[in-house]
Amino acid sequence: MWCEPMSDVCVRVEELGKRYRIGSVRRANTLRDAIATAVRGSVRRNPRGREDRQTIWALRNVSFDVREGEVLGVIGRNGAGKSTLLKILSRVTEPTEGRVVVHGRLGSLLEVGTGFHPELTGRENVYLNGVILGMKRKVIQKKFDDIVAFSGVGQFIDTPVKRYSSGMYARLAFAVASSVEPDVLLVDEVLSVGDAEFQNRCYERMHGLSAAGRTVLFISHSMPAVKALCTRAILLDGGRVAGEGAVDEVIASYLQAGARPTADGFIPADAARIGTGTIRLRRVVVEDTGGQPLAQLFLNQPFCVVLTLEVLEDTEDAILEVGISTTDGTRVTTSFSTDGERPAERLGRGWYEVRLDLAPGLLPRAYVVDAGVHHLGQGHLTIDFVERVLGLTVLNESETGHDRHIPTPTRGLVRPVGHWLLPRPVSIPGGGAKP
Amino acid sequence: MGRPGVSARGFTNPARRTARAELRELWDHRELLFYIAWRDIKVRYKQAALGVAWIVIQPIVSIAIFSLLFGRLLKVPSGNVPYPVFATAALLPWNYFAGALTRASGSLVASASLYTKIYFPRVVIPISAILGGLLDLAISFAVLIGLMLIYGVSPSLLVLTLPAFILLASMAALAFSLWLSALNVRYRDVGHLVPFLVQVWMYATPVVYGADLIPQRWRFLLGLNPMTTVTEGFRWALVGGPPPGSTTSPIVVGGSLMLVCVVLLGGLAYFRHTERTFADVV
Repeated sequence: MWCEPMSDVCVRVEELGKRYRIGSVRRANTLRDAIATAVRGSVRRNPRGREDRQTIWALRNVSFDVREGEVLGVIGRNGAGKSTLLKILSRVTEPTEGRVVVHGRLGSLLEVGTGFHPELTGRENVYLNGVILGMKRKVIQKKFDDIVAFSGVGQFIDTPVKRYSSGMYARLAFAVASSVEPDVLLVDEVLSVGDAEFQNRCYERMHGLSAAGRTVLFISHSMPAVKALCTRAILLDGGRVAGEGAVDEVIASYLQAGARPTADGFIPADAARIGTGTIRLRRVVVEDTGGQPLAQLFLNQPFCVVLTLEVLEDTEDAILEVGISTTDGTRVTTSFSTDGERPAERLGRGWYEVRLDLAPGLLPRAYVVDAGVHHLGQGHLTIDFVERVLGLTVLNESETGHDRHIPTPTRGLVRPVGHWLLPRPVSIPGGGAKP
Repeated sequence: MGRPGVSARGFTNPARRTARAELRELWDHRELLFYIAWRDIKVRYKQAALGVAWIVIQPIVSIAIFSLLFGRLLKVPSGNVPYPVFATAALLPWNYFAGALTRASGSLVASASLYTKIYFPRVVIPISAILGGLLDLAISFAVLIGLMLIYGVSPSLLVLTLPAFILLASMAALAFSLWLSALNVRYRDVGHLVPFLVQVWMYATPVVYGADLIPQRWRFLLGLNPMTTVTEGFRWALVGGPPPGSTTSPIVVGGSLMLVCVVLLGGLAYFRHTERTFADVV
């Protein structure tokens, strides 16, 4: 019914923009706040200017087309506008400007388990979830046996899902979600991180659909997955399209675009961030144990991540996060300030320096450091988070020059602290008697 | 989309749709409507030891208290019908309305995890919250039937008019909850307001008393309350009370219907206007 003669374009995104009000801390969520805001607004001389400062364009001037049968990867770091794009494509929210035109039915693998109710049985949830995902009851009836078989839940199908293990729960939810047969599939990889089996199922599903000529939009952090699955890619940065084209080229430009800190480690003002902003990370550097700044580490060399924070509003429950990821976006390890039962930090307004001593045993390769501050409460609401804030290379060489890693690609990412006891002769009862 | 076998459905966001297209979309989601209502009912009674029995226990206790307090002590006149039957006939539709209004007003906040992840017409949520009350209403009829048997009150063919009054109660609940549920997304004050509103509204509705108890000059105000038409209608249809509007005038009844229509249409417009930002605000 939407068929203008526009060849085989399946999804058309035109000049899309989405403006959000920020300062969610002061969001008018009760009538009293709204009245107070209104009163304050009328007293101020320029209430409009104030509003402008409190809004942010999560997405601006974004245009692209997706052709039928294409698998388009959408990449970009946190805060680049990926989730906003996803929300607009899935019609959960409306854009502030521009529009999206989708031809055909759209389904998504992002809402896996949406509408699942813990009190209901597996069977009841299959129907409920299926209907929520837009299937007709008769269709679900027809597919029911396949869904159960695919989920592997088997005899537990009439047990309330609150008694399921998290794996069973996810498998059943995925089985329902993937039984929908959309013309355009949206996949949000972020939500499937953490369970390799689940991820693989998502990838298989994408493969299957694209082989059947369906269109897939894959929104992802994982460069290897995008490389393996997509036929074309788009790079979002700061809410704009920063690159579009062949997967390899777009990924390369993504990997080059870090936060580009200044030489003394200060984070540039235009760096992409997410969070409420009541605390700001201002500087991140890696130092050796003697306090000298480093960009390269020897194998097994302990180091120190130094964060400089500006606290703009008193915060009762701050947690600091330092993450280390490979350059293609795979998180290797994360350290929270609350690890080891440390309490959350109480920070009054002002500037702070925080030091984290680490000896993660990284194997030789290039890494990036992500850093952030979150609330302990409020569902770990993020205060400030900067991805790829700086790069870090681990050399294939130890400080003393004697300890050398044997580089093979299959050795993983970290080398644990281990102590091998030298071979010593043992005598096995009856040893050596076997033919 | 020229591919054979694939539905030619699509959409634009933002959508510019006619009221007719939206009604068709709602019709397409009728199964979702029933499944969400069904889920709410199921979950409400699932892990309660007495389960569905609560649907009858609650009105029985209320009626016992009302009969003692208003029937025996205050001697509220109930015409030629025993007070317990008189009160029950009005309490059933009132409880339905009050429950529907309360649940539907909170429904958008309670179901935020659904519509912040996936698209469907959001109006499905308050409507199914109201639909879910119909089963309770049907089951609670057992209490009334029991009392009618005990007191020997037999209904007439007027019973056939009941669906009209149930429809009116549903429409009234929908009209007000469209406003309240959408307002609740932004202002959680609504959650505090609604129980209070329901309590006041009950005493402004002839539930524990008859409309003829109210002085003549105030009756038109009582009559403008659409729930007056509903409770009086239930009594008329079930236990032989005076027909609705007889204590005031048909014009006042017409006025109450008009009021429901106006609030309903306004509510739909307000809901449509705000629903596009529900996911951002909730």
